[in-house]
Amino acid sequence: MSDKQIKSIDDLVAWQEALKKSAGKYRARVLICMTGCRALGAQDVAARFKERLGELNMTDDIAVVETGCIGMCAIAPVMLIEPWDYLYGHVTPDDVDEIIDQTLKNSKPVKRLTVKQDGAPVPVKSNINFYGKQKQLVLANCGRIDPRRIEDAIERGTYVAAVTAITEKTPDEVVEETIASGLRGRGGAGFPTGVKWKFARQSPGDEKYLICNADEGDPGAFMDRALLEGDPHRVLEGMIIAAYAIGATKGFIYVRAEYPIAVEHINIALDQARACRLLGEGIGGSDFNFDIEIRMGAGAFVCGEETALIASIEGSRGMPRPRPPFPAVSGYLGKPTNINNVETFANVPLILKNGAKAYSRIGTAKSKGTKIFALAGKVKNTGLVEVPMGTTLRRIVYDIGGGILDDKPFKAAQLGGPSGGCIPAEYLDYEIDYDSVQQIGAIMGSGGLIVMDEDTCMVDIARYFLEFVQAESCGKCTPCRVGTKKMLDILESICAGQATMDDLATLQRLAEDIKKASLCGLGQTAPNPVLSTVKNFRDEYVEHIEQRKCRAGVCKDLLGYEILEVCVGCGACRRVCPVDAITGEKKEVHAIDQDKCIKCGQCFAVCKFEAITR
Amino acid sequence: MESLDGILDNKPNAGANDLIPILQQIQTEYGYLPKPVLMEMSKRTGIAASQIYGVATFYEQFHLEPRGRHTVRCCRGTACHVRGGPDIAEAISRALGVEPGDTTEDMHFTFETVACLGTCFLAPVIMVNNDYYGHLTAGKVPEILERYT
Repeated sequence: MSDKQIKSIDDLVAWQEALKKSAGKYRARVLICMTGCRALGAQDVAARFKERLGELNMTDDIAVVETGCIGMCAIAPVMLIEPWDYLYGHVTPDDVDEIIDQTLKNSKPVKRLTVKQDGAPVPVKSNINFYGKQKQLVLANCGRIDPRRIEDAIERGTYVAAVTAITEKTPDEVVEETIASGLRGRGGAGFPTGVKWKFARQSPGDEKYLICNADEGDPGAFMDRALLEGDPHRVLEGMIIAAYAIGATKGFIYVRAEYPIAVEHINIALDQARACRLLGEGIGGSDFNFDIEIRMGAGAFVCGEETALIASIEGSRGMPRPRPPFPAVSGYLGKPTNINNVETFANVPLILKNGAKAYSRIGTAKSKGTKIFALAGKVKNTGLVEVPMGTTLRRIVYDIGGGILDDKPFKAAQLGGPSGGCIPAEYLDYEIDYDSVQQIGAIMGSGGLIVMDEDTCMVDIARYFLEFVQAESCGKCTPCRVGTKKMLDILESICAGQATMDDLATLQRLAEDIKKASLCGLGQTAPNPVLSTVKNFRDEYVEHIEQRKCRAGVCKDLLGYEILEVCVGCGACRRVCPVDAITGEKKEVHAIDQDKCIKCGQCFAVCKFEAITR
Repeated sequence: MESLDGILDNKPNAGANDLIPILQQIQTEYGYLPKPVLMEMSKRTGIAASQIYGVATFYEQFHLEPRGRHTVRCCRGTACHVRGGPDIAEAISRALGVEPGDTTEDMHFTFETVACLGTCFLAPVIMVNNDYYGHLTAGKVPEILERYT
């Protein structure tokens, strides 16, 4: 733990300068992602590196840094080597010696580990389309620093904006600057952040609270996870600025329990910030006191809703409350409370550092700044993508994402999680921002962007989201508790081929009513996936109902796998069947036992002779 | 009750606001929330047993029954769903002979599904304890579970 005590902005800047100088002693840095990539063996790679560099006496001038998410998760484990910025993927401990030889000793890239574009190796990170076409401002430190060392964050300028703000600006000035920047909440609803702060600022009383919503409940979203694991001090800095602006002295970070690495890194960051007076009493030598406590979620999606979150921190069942009163007036323990999302806080230092004007140059007229998307699903380059607001889906999915897996046609992009909608191909060139996306039946949401192809059944997707929402509904209000169950029942009967067109009409009507009558955002947005898929993919619904057919091959009750006479008896299907339902002699037509068949589709996928129908 | 003593000693004057963190610590210590421990906690903190029960049954993460030695978590997030998540869940059920939420008779495995593990690039993915297994197919499941027997 550092023994530095920051008592003024000059102290902080001096420390930053000293750190920059000492970083100069390393002629190269090997950056290894130790967050998501841990799942595929990054720890072994790092260990081998340290071992070999030690044996070769190279540890004085080569640093091995365990970083947060480097972004291109599809090629995990990922490694970046400075100063050349060579990016390597699928790295294993067996590659270490070659990397040391070729790159660290001879400055050359190890071509077989690099990303290939049009068949050619592209070793330098900024030349890789996935990175070159992004604009990484909020993610700038992720993958470049060890998130467990405050020194790394300080060296890159973290906390300068916060200490400057609290020692040289008034809280009102900070609020106005944030309003002028045009920053809108990144949790999904997109409410203007500065305006929200102003409400809390104007509420009377000096017991106020600040909460960071790190629940990240949307399935398929992992932006906040990366920020908390890879650059936690940036988030803390944003919280300090916000707390100063509204007049809060106590804060909470409510993080989902399913993120143990994030919890670990936040705890380390909090301890380190406190130790050098960047958190706690008299931050940066001012008379502003603010400290933060971490709270873990307990597995309830609804606790991402702000009033339910507050209830959870108060030790109750996570049930939302009617608003008004809004948390800015009466929140935690009935006191004025401001809640913002992780990515929102991570944007704040940029505004205070460079000014509202500079910040607002990026983005569209009403949606400023960048947005981080978690790109996943049937896309080649899954990972974290940060682009200016107003970027098109085509750029995200094709230019950056590399297009659909196996080059199949694009069917839809699901945006906004269980509160969002499915955007079809006709909108690929649409500029995505908070307002435009609502016009095509989706919401920005927290940033989860799932790409779908012809093997995804859109009716099943609506059913899937309803199943999720039904399980997560807190049960307090009837429209959501009973309404989502009814919608789910209808969707299940459509997927089972037992529904009528009247049921579809009922489904739509119910969806509209539940939107209007539910108590909180969960119920109000639960119908969105249904409404957007019925609007954009109505044909599939009608096919399920009238023809009892699922063109994507997903709804098992509508499928019957059969082997045709053209079967040549190669046995590939028989070998891949997980329940041994296929029998047949070599070179003879095989057969599927329908009683055993679980309709997993593996045989269909593996047959090279188009001998299986479904 | 020694563990409970330790937990409550760290939080003198524990009130309703501390309920969830305390329950989380109890579960970490005992593996689940034993009823006698909850009743004792109610006595010592003054938090009504009904409130404790209400909270323990609301949140997915809290378990009132003992758990298996190994926890198998199958991700049911959107990215995993479009890449075959349901088939993986079915494969685990078949291999263990239990439905999601249940524990095998020999108390060896508890099988649960989670809404999202946040590792979408590994879809479809499961976790066994703290180990991740990604890019799965139904066929790979039995072999992975074997490693824990």
